[in-house]
Amino acid sequence: MVMVELVLATTLAAAFVVFLAPDRYAGKLATALSVVPLVGSLYMWTNFEASGNALLADGDIAFETVFTWLQLGQYELQWHVGLDGVSLPLLVLTTVLTTLALVSSWTPIDERQSQFYGLMLLMEAALIGVFTALDFFLWFVFWEGVLIPMYFLIGVWGGPRRKYAAIKFLVYTNVASLVMFIGLFALIFGLGDSLTTLGLPEIAQAVRGGELGGFAFFDAAALKTFAFLFMFAGFAVKVPVVPFHTWLPDAHVEAPTPVSVILAGVLLKMGTYALLRFNFTMLADVAAANANLIAGFGVLSVIYGAMLALAQRDLKRIVAYSSISSMGYVILGLVAFTPHAFGGATFQMISHGLISGLMFMAVGVIYNATHTRMVGDMSGMADRMPWTVGIFLAAAFGYMGLPLMSGFAAEVLVFIGSFESTVITAAPIYTMFAMFGIVVVAGYLLWAMQRTLFGQYSLETDYDVTAAPFHEVAPLAILLLLVILLGVAPDIAYTMIQDAIDPLLGGVGA
Amino acid sequence: MTSHTALPTWAALAPMGMFVVTALVLFLYDAIDPDSENSALLAGISVAGSLVSLVLTGWYLVAGTGQPRRNGAITLFGDSLVVDGMSLFFTALTASVVTLVVLASYDYVKDEAHQAEYYSLMMLAASGMALMSTANSLATAFIALELASLPSYALVAFLKHNKGSVEAGLKYFLIGAVSSAIFAYGISLVYAAGGALQFDAVAEALQSPEAAGVLGLGVMMVIGGFAFKTASVPFHFWAPEAYEGAPSPISGFLSSASKAAGFVLAFRVFTVALGGTAVLEAVDWVVAFQVLAVVTMTVGNFAAVKQEKVKRMLAYSSIGHAGYVLIALAALTGDADSAFVLGSGMAHLFVYGFMNTGAFLFIALTEYWGVGREFEDFNGLATQAPFACAAMSVFLFSLAGLPLGGGFFSKFYLLMASINGGVALLAVALVVNSALSLYYYSRVVKAMWIEDPNGDLDIESYPVGLYAAIALAAVVTVLLVPGFGPVAETAQMAAEMLV
Repeated sequence: MVMVELVLATTLAAAFVVFLAPDRYAGKLATALSVVPLVGSLYMWTNFEASGNALLADGDIAFETVFTWLQLGQYELQWHVGLDGVSLPLLVLTTVLTTLALVSSWTPIDERQSQFYGLMLLMEAALIGVFTALDFFLWFVFWEGVLIPMYFLIGVWGGPRRKYAAIKFLVYTNVASLVMFIGLFALIFGLGDSLTTLGLPEIAQAVRGGELGGFAFFDAAALKTFAFLFMFAGFAVKVPVVPFHTWLPDAHVEAPTPVSVILAGVLLKMGTYALLRFNFTMLADVAAANANLIAGFGVLSVIYGAMLALAQRDLKRIVAYSSISSMGYVILGLVAFTPHAFGGATFQMISHGLISGLMFMAVGVIYNATHTRMVGDMSGMADRMPWTVGIFLAAAFGYMGLPLMSGFAAEVLVFIGSFESTVITAAPIYTMFAMFGIVVVAGYLLWAMQRTLFGQYSLETDYDVTAAPFHEVAPLAILLLLVILLGVAPDIAYTMIQDAIDPLLGGVGA
Repeated sequence: MTSHTALPTWAALAPMGMFVVTALVLFLYDAIDPDSENSALLAGISVAGSLVSLVLTGWYLVAGTGQPRRNGAITLFGDSLVVDGMSLFFTALTASVVTLVVLASYDYVKDEAHQAEYYSLMMLAASGMALMSTANSLATAFIALELASLPSYALVAFLKHNKGSVEAGLKYFLIGAVSSAIFAYGISLVYAAGGALQFDAVAEALQSPEAAGVLGLGVMMVIGGFAFKTASVPFHFWAPEAYEGAPSPISGFLSSASKAAGFVLAFRVFTVALGGTAVLEAVDWVVAFQVLAVVTMTVGNFAAVKQEKVKRMLAYSSIGHAGYVLIALAALTGDADSAFVLGSGMAHLFVYGFMNTGAFLFIALTEYWGVGREFEDFNGLATQAPFACAAMSVFLFSLAGLPLGGGFFSKFYLLMASINGGVALLAVALVVNSALSLYYYSRVVKAMWIEDPNGDLDIESYPVGLYAAIALAAVVTVLLVPGFGPVAETAQMAAEMLV
């Protein structure tokens, strides 16, 4: 089955075509071409036949291809791609959000369009690669490949402090990658000669199977802890976990809206996805042994992120900081090591991708019309752009975890799961603190909505603020529909997620 | 099986001979028509010559000339030259770089006097470099080194009206002369200890070295000679000066091909002639290379961070890369899979040949346009020359080790090599330095794409030769991502024959 390769190839080809296209057509052309990988990923969704976890040898992987690419000393580097229930939803999330983000770029992007859209498609290709690659080396190529388009997208089309934000993003996340790299290589060398490929399944199974030996002056246990620490630190930057989050507000605030959508919607999921695949799959026992500490990081991110959001006056900053908070739930869910929490955390990745994308887009639509994002500057926007405001409000409720929206399903699962957790010592207390985060989220979102959307219309401009055009509202509506769909029928994604994460619990005995 | 008509043995030297023939054709043409300004013809002859050489080398490599699957290494002239996988690999590298540089030089030197000399000097230097990869005795090694160096001195000083160029040439020449002397003295001491010049004979003679002190001094001096040629610390001071003052295509030529030639000679000398366990017990040169590698990469990268001029930054980063390649010798410890370690260094040099030459050719392009030398002068260049800037971004990100080009793989291989050799310090230094390098490389990218143009730059012409060379280098750099396998395999097979 070469579906994954087809989707990757068409996305890459689309990027090159768009690079060469004249600026006038670039936006429409890119959107049209991005439908191809979207359809491809939906085809994979409907024809998905897999069981179990791609990294653990107790199930089938869908759309898998393996062949040897390079020989590196004793190691075979393979082209190994495939999908399981964790990666498929993320793949679909990537293609859906990219197409919608491309539509939402039509209005704000008014210079160097062909470059912009080409880079967006290039990034989509890299992201697809990250979620489908099952060989460490291949995966790392895509993982680092995401940095380059993102660097340009922030640096060229961003806000006033874009240069600072872009270089900070690039250097900060690249250093994080290298830290993670060292962590994984500690494992690889700990496995010694028994490992002949750098495939993620091979590494995961060997480590879980207790084949890890010592290396240099580490014994196996110390090596595990060392590797876990380095990998966690590397991925925590991407997630981002407090206190590694400082690049995120800069990048988000300076990035143009469609880029923020991808950044919050998909890029942050790279971090949690990698944590799930590497830390929590390969070194589940270390994670479980340090569950209290990691859960502490999760809860800290929830509360601290929410507090930071509370202090903001810029709508986009509010949404940006609230992402830190939401990703905190994912961390908490992952470390709880119960079926519900694992599933909830993965579901939260999808849900947050949709809702935060929606929120950023809505802020972007309002900004396109008003040229301001400050809470104090506007009020009564509901009078002028009722559709946009309606959807924005619905998205905010989704963020607060209103039932029948995807956020509710995800958070409930995480809370139930973490409450039951046996590896976190005082699980109910951690869960309670995390739940308190919801209250703060509701607080700042309602506060911001009340001030900007309702009341008497007032905005000092010398132009007329009118309802947003159809092509700006349509992506919002589609995303909202998806959020509600996943909220009403979580099973369409949750079943496959559950299949893929159940085997993970085997390594902990919890 | 197809039947082969066996070529005569001397035909193995044909790729190298092509450089000499091309140089002679150029001289002949210049003798007949000394005032010719037919740049297109001169550049055409040179490109044709180096391309034929490249094709011949490629053919030999594919056909297995000088490799175990045919009749093994071909030795000539009383074993003082050897044609094997390693020499062909590096001749291919030299020919590729020379093709790119000559192509780009067409626009760069079009209005200069003495163009025929320029091209023929380059061909002579190239034949010297190819000879360095073929040398199998300390005497031919020295001659090859000089044959590569002397034309290079003249080439660096080629822009006679430019004070910087002349000064750079003079410095390069003086330091080069001193290091040649050191190298020659080192050879004579090794000879004194072993009584042989031919590499295999040296190895045999040194199985029970008697004068370990003399040998040690000799080895250290030989290392010094190589350190000069490869711009490694502590003999790196000439490099930023020479690269900055030289015509930019020549900077690219020196920092890729010339450096590679220095390394191949070092690989051969240290694995074949001085690789014996007895030698290592007497003189542990691996440790020397370990120190040299770490210091070289660190000094190069830290100095590059501080530069204000782009070309100078590239020059220092090229010192850093010399440090990376030194891993190939520094990781040759007892634990290591020697062929893998050596092959990694060779593969890095190959990729480096394209990405680094490309970067210097881009600098040549900006010089052609009269863009300044500082980072700020590059501001907004992408608005006027998006294609060239895209190519430059590929080179720089690849140099930094991001997976946009083959540089990612070759650094990865070097990392594996250093861990394979059990020298974790090398691995750590490589990772730290790579992370650091991304900072200064991205400064150029940032200037080109992200900063706003200064407004006083107006590019009117787009030189075909320079553009073609840059495009070619960029395409190869990118294609080396999927195509890295064959390169690495060829390198390792070549290395296997030596160790």
